Amino acid sequence: MTEDFKISVGDWVADNLPKGLVGAHISMYGVVSGDQEVKDAFELWRQRLAAQGWGAPTWPREYGGAGLTDAQAKVVSRAITKAGSTNPIPYLAGMGVTMVGPTLLEYGTPEQKARHLPGMASGEVRWCLGLSEPNAGSDLASLNTSAELDEETWVLNGQKTWTSGADKSQWCGALVRTDRSAAKRNGISFLMLEMDQPGIETRPISLIAGESPFCETFFTNAQARKDDLLGQMNDGWSVIKRLLQHERQSQTNAPAPSTTAEPLQDVAKRYLGTSADGTLTDSDMRSRLADHLMDTAAHELTIARIMTDARGGNVEVSATASILKNSATDVAQGRSELLLEIMGSQGLGWEPGEYSGEETHTVREWLGGKAMSIYGGSYEVQKNIISKNILGLPETTQKG
Amino acid sequence: MAVLTEEQTLIKDQATAWAKDKAPVSSFRALRDSKSEQAFLPETWSAMVDMGWSGILVPEQYGGSDLGYLTCGLILEQLGRQLTASPLFSSSLVGASALMLAGNTAQQEALLPSIVNGSALVTLALDESSRHQPEQTACRAEQTGDGFCISGKKTFVAEGMSATHYLVAARTSENPGDAQGISLFIVPAQAEGIERTALPTIDSRDYAKLSFTDVRVEGTAVLGSLDDGMPVLEKVLDRARIGIAAEMLGTASQAFDMTLDYLKTREQFGKVIGSFQALGHRAAALFSLQEQSRSCVEAALQAVDAEADNVSELASLAKCQVGKFLFEMSNELIQIHGGIGMTDEFDAGLYLKRARVLEASFGNRAYHRHRYANLMGF
Repeated sequence: MTEDFKISVGDWVADNLPKGLVGAHISMYGVVSGDQEVKDAFELWRQRLAAQGWGAPTWPREYGGAGLTDAQAKVVSRAITKAGSTNPIPYLAGMGVTMVGPTLLEYGTPEQKARHLPGMASGEVRWCLGLSEPNAGSDLASLNTSAELDEETWVLNGQKTWTSGADKSQWCGALVRTDRSAAKRNGISFLMLEMDQPGIETRPISLIAGESPFCETFFTNAQARKDDLLGQMNDGWSVIKRLLQHERQSQTNAPAPSTTAEPLQDVAKRYLGTSADGTLTDSDMRSRLADHLMDTAAHELTIARIMTDARGGNVEVSATASILKNSATDVAQGRSELLLEIMGSQGLGWEPGEYSGEETHTVREWLGGKAMSIYGGSYEVQKNIISKNILGLPETTQKG
Repeated sequence: MAVLTEEQTLIKDQATAWAKDKAPVSSFRALRDSKSEQAFLPETWSAMVDMGWSGILVPEQYGGSDLGYLTCGLILEQLGRQLTASPLFSSSLVGASALMLAGNTAQQEALLPSIVNGSALVTLALDESSRHQPEQTACRAEQTGDGFCISGKKTFVAEGMSATHYLVAARTSENPGDAQGISLFIVPAQAEGIERTALPTIDSRDYAKLSFTDVRVEGTAVLGSLDDGMPVLEKVLDRARIGIAAEMLGTASQAFDMTLDYLKTREQFGKVIGSFQALGHRAAALFSLQEQSRSCVEAALQAVDAEADNVSELASLAKCQVGKFLFEMSNELIQIHGGIGMTDEFDAGLYLKRARVLEASFGNRAYHRHRYANLMGF
């Protein structure tokens, strides 16, 4: 990659990022501001990025991408961060750019790609995923939602849960049972369907951390087009395995959540105080904090090493995604627990007022972070993957 | 695995094959059982010298190959796997590093070529109590005329019985506890006034305690700055910590491989025991620790080669993380092997015993947690 490319990307961002948007907080559903001017600036920014193909920069141009390499895409995202903003398209597309899209690129027909990918890449169509069910969480293959083909239409019945953003999405990728007589994993298919139809009802779920993007989603004779089956009929399990690999990768690449850029040890100094020699007065916390910081460094060095290896063609990155997903979880949850303990009784407030925004944010993030070891294949499922797929230990006896 | 050069790959493969064929754990066991006073086999050491390993860090002008710490670490890792006993770490890494970092031309000319050809074994004599606490050095060196007179005690000196030279940390001013006032001396092992006693450590290696009584050395024996030896000593110690972390990574990785192999072959209750989830999950956790340890060790070795400014942080990180892995792994090695793991006939005990000696060397985990916190400013 040439230096010229970096310069031209930097110049483009400088010329095209609307001034009114610099530093504005962008959440997963768009810009957080009531100001119409900021909203307009945000929409302009989205359109300009989409026109460049930078919503999904590594996808082919014909599907709304820019045909860039991973390294070039990183240059683009760094340039946007450096300019004080965010690329909102991967958020606006929900599960589209990060998970459904990459899977569609591998399994989709040319018609499916042409119909679905450009909407994701421009951030105009938000996707959710209907995977988990009340009785199919970690054991996803025991799902029960059915789909039957009625001439040109699939008819879906059943209930999904933990469908993130279902109430705000236009499309859904759903895992459904299409053959009840087959063994658990062999009778499943992956369908794509529109959310705005009479057969679909969504109900938001309130979580231990308060409001959440999650919903329960009910299918009552919901309909999908016959040609919106992704991959082969009854081969949905291989489609979903690939999709979940994309999910794990997108999670391990994400930076650890943090309330503030302030290093943990500085927060600790602020709350706990230091001795004359500058060491934390709480020596037990000091020791555990050092342990945590070292675990964090080890995790980050492992990401760096695996990326270097992958470039050298040494390993299959997906084989190590489970290791990184679990260590990312350990690091993030460990950090939240330490922060809460550092804040003491000030780290126990539910609403601001008597508690600072930093403190209540820490509490919510601590609670929300408990999900990290549950979603995307639980902590235990990752350990199963490591022991079987990487270490080659024999399958644990299980039904189905 | 870090991305290696062609030369590094060759040396790594050579070290792997050689250690397995010529210096396997069975030959260490045979040496232990022979009750010989030798802590390593002379033919093992001369083979290492012939392969150029003893000069791997030393500049070419002194007969070495100057291939750097990552390359040296690749060899130490393979030796750690087979528990191969040799003075390679003590003399060719620690001793040579000290001379390269602190020695003047005369000192380098006098000792580096002998380290490379294996005739000199130069080891660090630092610890004085049951803890690694460099700044607590109490051993004294009094100035007498144009020389010094050293008195005091040293312990846990690696290759202490076979060394030809000691690099002795001694106090030339201030008091125990002060980082200032420590100087390094090159002292021939045969100097008058040195009494050395072998320590019968659990790992059957060469460790000694030394007693210095009015040991006279010339002024030219001072290695580096008088009174201000601590900064360069820390640099030497960081290289030692990173090197020993590479050896520990090998020891723990071999213990992991032995355990994984057992999980796949041992049957109980009519099944291979590796199919039990309680064991599979422990293997997964240990594998993750192994991967993280490798990342830290390789980053630290590369940082030394690149003369990066965070070598100290990475040294403590590597020693601590691989220390955690080796501790857990050596215990699981015994536990998962069950009764057979408790027998002396099986190798597990050799790995467990060596693991604890390595943990105590150059600062244990508690020491490095504390140091890491200091380096991070809290």
